[in-house]
Amino acid sequence: MAEPMMKPPKIAIGPVAWMRQNLFSSWYNSLLTIVVGYLVITSVGPLFSWVFLDASFLGAGPEDCTGTGACWLFINERLNFFIYGFYPGELQWRVDLMFLLLAVCFVPQFIERFPGRKWFGLFGLTGLPVVGYFLIPGGTFGMEIVQSTKWGGLMLTLILAYIGIIASLPIGIVLALGRRSEMPIIRGICVVFIEVWRAVPLITVLFMASVMLPLFLPDGMNFEKLSRALIGITLWQSAYMAEVIRGGLQAIPRGQYEAADALGLGYWKKTGLIILPQALKMVIPGIVNTFISLFKDTTLVLIIGLFDILGTVQSTITDPAWQNVAIEGYVFVAFCFWIFCFGISRYSQNLERKLDTGHKT
Amino acid sequence: MKNEASDLKPASPKPWYDPRVRSVFFQIIAIALVFWGGWSLVDNTLSNMESRGISTGFGFLNETAGFGIIMSMVPYDATMTYGRTFLVGLANTLLVSAMGIVTATILGFIIGVARLSSNWLVAKLALTYVEIIRNIPLLLQIFFWYFAVLASLPSPRQSVDLGGTVFLNNRGLYLPEPLTQDGFGLVWGAVFAAIALVIGLRAWARKRQLATGQLFPMFRVGLAILLILPVLGYVFAGAPLEWELPSLQGFNFGGGISIIPELAALWIALSLYTASFIAEIVRSGIVSVSKGQTEAAKALGLPNGLTLRLVVIPQAMRVIIPPLTSQYLNLAKNSSLATAIGYPDLVAVFMGTTLNQTGQAVEVVAITMAVYLTISLSISLLMNIYNRAVAIKER
Repeated sequence: MAEPMMKPPKIAIGPVAWMRQNLFSSWYNSLLTIVVGYLVITSVGPLFSWVFLDASFLGAGPEDCTGTGACWLFINERLNFFIYGFYPGELQWRVDLMFLLLAVCFVPQFIERFPGRKWFGLFGLTGLPVVGYFLIPGGTFGMEIVQSTKWGGLMLTLILAYIGIIASLPIGIVLALGRRSEMPIIRGICVVFIEVWRAVPLITVLFMASVMLPLFLPDGMNFEKLSRALIGITLWQSAYMAEVIRGGLQAIPRGQYEAADALGLGYWKKTGLIILPQALKMVIPGIVNTFISLFKDTTLVLIIGLFDILGTVQSTITDPAWQNVAIEGYVFVAFCFWIFCFGISRYSQNLERKLDTGHKT
Repeated sequence: MKNEASDLKPASPKPWYDPRVRSVFFQIIAIALVFWGGWSLVDNTLSNMESRGISTGFGFLNETAGFGIIMSMVPYDATMTYGRTFLVGLANTLLVSAMGIVTATILGFIIGVARLSSNWLVAKLALTYVEIIRNIPLLLQIFFWYFAVLASLPSPRQSVDLGGTVFLNNRGLYLPEPLTQDGFGLVWGAVFAAIALVIGLRAWARKRQLATGQLFPMFRVGLAILLILPVLGYVFAGAPLEWELPSLQGFNFGGGISIIPELAALWIALSLYTASFIAEIVRSGIVSVSKGQTEAAKALGLPNGLTLRLVVIPQAMRVIIPPLTSQYLNLAKNSSLATAIGYPDLVAVFMGTTLNQTGQAVEVVAITMAVYLTISLSISLLMNIYNRAVAIKER
């Protein structure tokens, strides 16, 4: 007698099967899907119409914000202030040129097969700061001087993050090497330096830089507010950078050190030719991640009275000419930061996957 | 005859090629540089302070502060000393850090587990949350909650009223305050008795399991004891608890517990921001436990709950705890952003107002940094002890 025929298996492909597997696999999951789905739909709809459908995009002033949605024309109106701060309008080409050079140096890093992208990146880390040093403040080559008190907006945010990273990289390398040194006193100094800076919040560092730095320096030596903030940020960031780089140094197998010793290389040749190139390559994702967190932390400078992008938006929000635009302003800044940070973090994840050559278990 | 071995001995190196000599030399230079740097800093500071007429020393801590603070956990008024303002600030910092750590942990674990949910919608929603929140600066989020959300709440007279007991307006959140009456000691006694009983029972259950292999439903029984005993104590003592309700007095609410909007904004922002990082830590911790572990536990016949409790969670925690602690430290450090919205934490009160009034920047900054350093180092120390305890024992 023939066996009773088995039922055909349930469909395993197609949208229905996908939904059964991923949304309605059990009564519990179905309930969850329905509740969460309801919440998402009821909140996304009004949000969408606030952002797009009911929003006012064009107009001349606050009186044109008639819609019930967001008032985006406020961003439009103040965009120049948000990007350049008080930088004089006829000189803004210098900032634009720097933005362009930054893009030329770093956008190719996202494109896998771009010819010579390594050299672009290297120039971005070494030559570009020098160009910026002459271009942004002016005063040389017949360019008009623009005081740093007039810098602001997105430009200032980028300057702080960019210089903070570039200046802290060499200090971080030295500190990391010092912490791995076999000389107990050098190691001790580096450990204390790193741990102290890492333990205190950035805001106290900025306070210290703006209040106490003038006390620490000899008479006649003084910096303006921006440089003081930069010194604080750099010292603070270099401690974090040192820890990231130390991670890379520790990941280098012992055999590499021993091989270099066997070849008769001295400490500096061993470090410079064998260890650091491998270690730095390994920690690029880590460095990118510290860059992201520094980029976000630069907003803190508004507390000591510098106008970064959040500072310019905040001062516009409290401006009586514009009423009730707080949410729009914050959403705009959040969007700017999000684009940068999300893009860069995706890049670093990509890099991590590519650099992971399977040596780790 | 000459001993030939002595010819083969390496010539003793020149002292400047001897690594030991070099290392001593460099270390002496390093010490000299540090001392020179430190000395010139102190020297500059002292002469600068003298020329500006700033006094030194910690005597200012005993002077009258003379300014009000909008919120304090310890008794404070304007007639008290600067030393007291330090305590007020410190208590407020610890309060918001503790509140933030609790909520961020709960939220972070929920979102982290949701990231791994088999439900597509829930997993994607958790991913969206994490990717949006952690890529936006914390200060911006604090501003958003304080200036955009909480400031747009109605005024005290039009407060949002939840059942006549909880009120929400732009001055803060007002909750009823429990006032313990005589005889509440019995409830505390019952709580301690329950805890002692559970600990004893646990020891007995473990002993019995080792001897006979029988399992005891410890979790359920323990929970029941912990809940029932205090309730019994409460009933026997004659319900010794009264609630003081907040009520509108003039232009604002009085009575009850109030949470000022500065605290609320800081708390919400810190919790949401840190939760997004904790979620990723939890997710990676759970993922790190290899599938073979779960399968082996199943093969041994462990039920699902026990597999989770005895196999997966202990191994995941080993991965989760170290980065989790550093997130807690970050949260405590980030609570100093309070100064941007005027919540009276250590930095805002002590490094802000007290510093401005006394002008003694060096002492104030040193004390503040020492506090953060102490918190940070003690947590790292605990962390290292814990790490040593849970590290894989390799033989």
